[in-house]
Amino acid sequence: MTSSVESRGANPHTSMFVRMLLRGAVVRRGRAASALFAMVVAAAVSTAMLNLYVDVQAKLRKEFRSYGANVVVVAKNGQSLSLDALQQLNSVLAGRGMAVPFAYVIAQTPDGQSVVVSGTDLEQVRKLDNWWSVTNWPQRANEALVGVRASSVVSPNGRPFDLIFHGQTIHLDSAGTVRTGASEDSRIYLSMTDFENWTGVQPSTMEVAASGSPEDVDAIIKQLARLLPSAEVRPVRQVMEGEARVLGKTRATLSAAAALIILTAALCVLSTLIGWVFDRRRDFAIMKALGAPERLVNSLFAAEAAVLGAVGALIGFLIGIGAAAWIGRANFHAAVVPRFGIFPEVLLGSILVALLSAILPIFLLRQVQPAIILRGE
Amino acid sequence: MFARLVYESFRRQKRRKLLAAIAITLGVGVATAMIAVATDIGDKMSRELRSYGANLIVTPQDDTLDLQIGGVDLKPPSDGAYLNEADLPKVRGTFWHHNIVGFSPMLPVNVNIAGNNTTLLGTYFAKHLTFGKDEFVTGVTITHPWWKVSGAWPNDESQDVLLGERLAARLDKKPGDEIEVANQKRRITGTLSTGGAEDDEIVAPLSLAQSILGKPGAVRRLYVSAMTKPEDALARRDPKSMGPELFDRWYCSPYVQSIAYQLQEAIPHSHAEQIRQVAQNEGTVLEKIKGLMLLVTFAALFASALAVSAAMATAIFERRNEVGLMKALGAGKFAIAALFFTEATLLAIIGGMVGFGGGMLLAGEIGRSIFGDRIPIDPVLFPIIIAIAVLVTFAGSALAIRKAVTFDPVYALRGEG
Repeated sequence: MTSSVESRGANPHTSMFVRMLLRGAVVRRGRAASALFAMVVAAAVSTAMLNLYVDVQAKLRKEFRSYGANVVVVAKNGQSLSLDALQQLNSVLAGRGMAVPFAYVIAQTPDGQSVVVSGTDLEQVRKLDNWWSVTNWPQRANEALVGVRASSVVSPNGRPFDLIFHGQTIHLDSAGTVRTGASEDSRIYLSMTDFENWTGVQPSTMEVAASGSPEDVDAIIKQLARLLPSAEVRPVRQVMEGEARVLGKTRATLSAAAALIILTAALCVLSTLIGWVFDRRRDFAIMKALGAPERLVNSLFAAEAAVLGAVGALIGFLIGIGAAAWIGRANFHAAVVPRFGIFPEVLLGSILVALLSAILPIFLLRQVQPAIILRGE
Repeated sequence: MFARLVYESFRRQKRRKLLAAIAITLGVGVATAMIAVATDIGDKMSRELRSYGANLIVTPQDDTLDLQIGGVDLKPPSDGAYLNEADLPKVRGTFWHHNIVGFSPMLPVNVNIAGNNTTLLGTYFAKHLTFGKDEFVTGVTITHPWWKVSGAWPNDESQDVLLGERLAARLDKKPGDEIEVANQKRRITGTLSTGGAEDDEIVAPLSLAQSILGKPGAVRRLYVSAMTKPEDALARRDPKSMGPELFDRWYCSPYVQSIAYQLQEAIPHSHAEQIRQVAQNEGTVLEKIKGLMLLVTFAALFASALAVSAAMATAIFERRNEVGLMKALGAGKFAIAALFFTEATLLAIIGGMVGFGGGMLLAGEIGRSIFGDRIPIDPVLFPIIIAIAVLVTFAGSALAIRKAVTFDPVYALRGEG
């Protein structure tokens, strides 16, 4: 657009161009403001939707981690995991999740009933499996967490009880019961220290909640399998596939919604800006009547639209980031991270829509004689 | 005269009216589609969440303790009590049977395969059952959607088996081979991959497991997959402590607790329990997704309301000359405003109706392409949507009409605005 100005080769013309641009906005404040308002709202809504679309998957993935472990590491052939396995695991995860060790034995009650006893890190279990309904978590040594079905057998009314494994007897207090509706209900859980002192058995299973996308989890599984050749590393398909499915559907719905909303916002801008440009057909006619070349007039209108688009996009982007952050806090209780990476898209889209809505009326006006417009017909 | 003014305005300004009508149609269409999707997303997602598998388990009432480690059943098969297979179809007779997506009975038995003690798991794959006049299909293909078979699923009435993929690799067997189970050759229809203990097991039709065990009709446990309402304070209360009225409300809500209670009623000598890992998390995830869609729907409504008002404001702004002329000829403010509002209402009703139809189609398309199922639209929405369309069109026009009416006709007619 500056080329036509530069071809005249003088500074005053450039300043005239800028002045006309500015005066156009100042003199018709109301119309310019309403066009800018439409632009800002459209850019804000689009920014919020794009930002949500990108960030919501990470947010939802975090919610899905409440389903517990998505990877299990099991020692092969009923052996136990090597001592430094947990350390290795944690170094692989490096903050991308958590790993909880489990050791299992089948012990006997004094009257000969068999019961599965598990040693684990109870603090970690509490974080990993938050669906466990526990009346009271064990705090002291030799306290056990008893499954609801096991409790009626070994410790009715929360009485202290004895368990025997390979001739070794342990005396335990029942701290509370756990209810899950699965095999945990028939088990007794001890802290790892109590368990090892009593049985001498090392953990054989590691339950891992790895966070991130399916690709991230796959990478973690591969890395773990390489690091721990004596163990079998496998994904919990039930959890991984359920997550992938629900997340996929949510994402698809959200993207359909985002597309519709952005389309509507663009429409809003289009109709407002077309009105705005049409409204200025007298300026257009006067400039032409005074001998302004078509290119100059066109570039003035285009520049106006582009500036409007850019300013609208900038303000709208900031508002949109705020809106997305608010939605994140309202729904997920965690702020949506601002994605400044989407700014170029929003800016480009806004300018494009603005230019499009300027070109359309210009194209229509070009065919009209200035005299007819000036006569007000 | 008034009617003629309105009529002529539509007849002579087809382009402008069409533009405004298109804006309203699109706005209403988007709003309708988004409202439909937002109201139905709970149901749709609830169904998708069933891909996590069963959320209820039914066990015999006086069962002995489970001895399960890593999904492997170590309990001697002779131990404990059993459910009766003949009672299972009664699940379809419970109050919330429409919410029960499927169920699978399980019966693990020990068999000797090539000198090793191996578990054979008897279950339904896609069993045809009848309850009264109600015919239905149920089994692990519905309740355990993450089970993958390479080859084919066995027929429930056959003696064919599936081999867990790790077991198949150990024994070097392929689909189509035969394997000796309980002194008889059985055809292997496929290998099963579950990512769990079943990968080391044989999975067979329930009747085969029962005949190996020598207990016809025996079922160790029953997995039930049901669509439930997220738990709230009422759901957690003990039904025994409720008054009759409250109990009815609890009983008639599809809480996982009340469905468990009804399953227990339907199947004699049973104990039904929610599988908390699946049941509890479902509510949390569902709430988040519903909340998200609700907020997004508000954004959509906001954007479409704005688009409609912008289009209306533009349409009226362009007609200042007309207003000036009318005022110069002596029309009152009221008459002019009435004319514009009548036009706006007409546009809103026409655009609203077309938009509602378009929105229905759009919602249907979204439902089909994402969920493979239609999204129904409550007819009650129709008057509400039209009312909103009229209101938004009014609001969008109001400011522009006010400005047009207060504008000095002299300037308007001179074309200076």
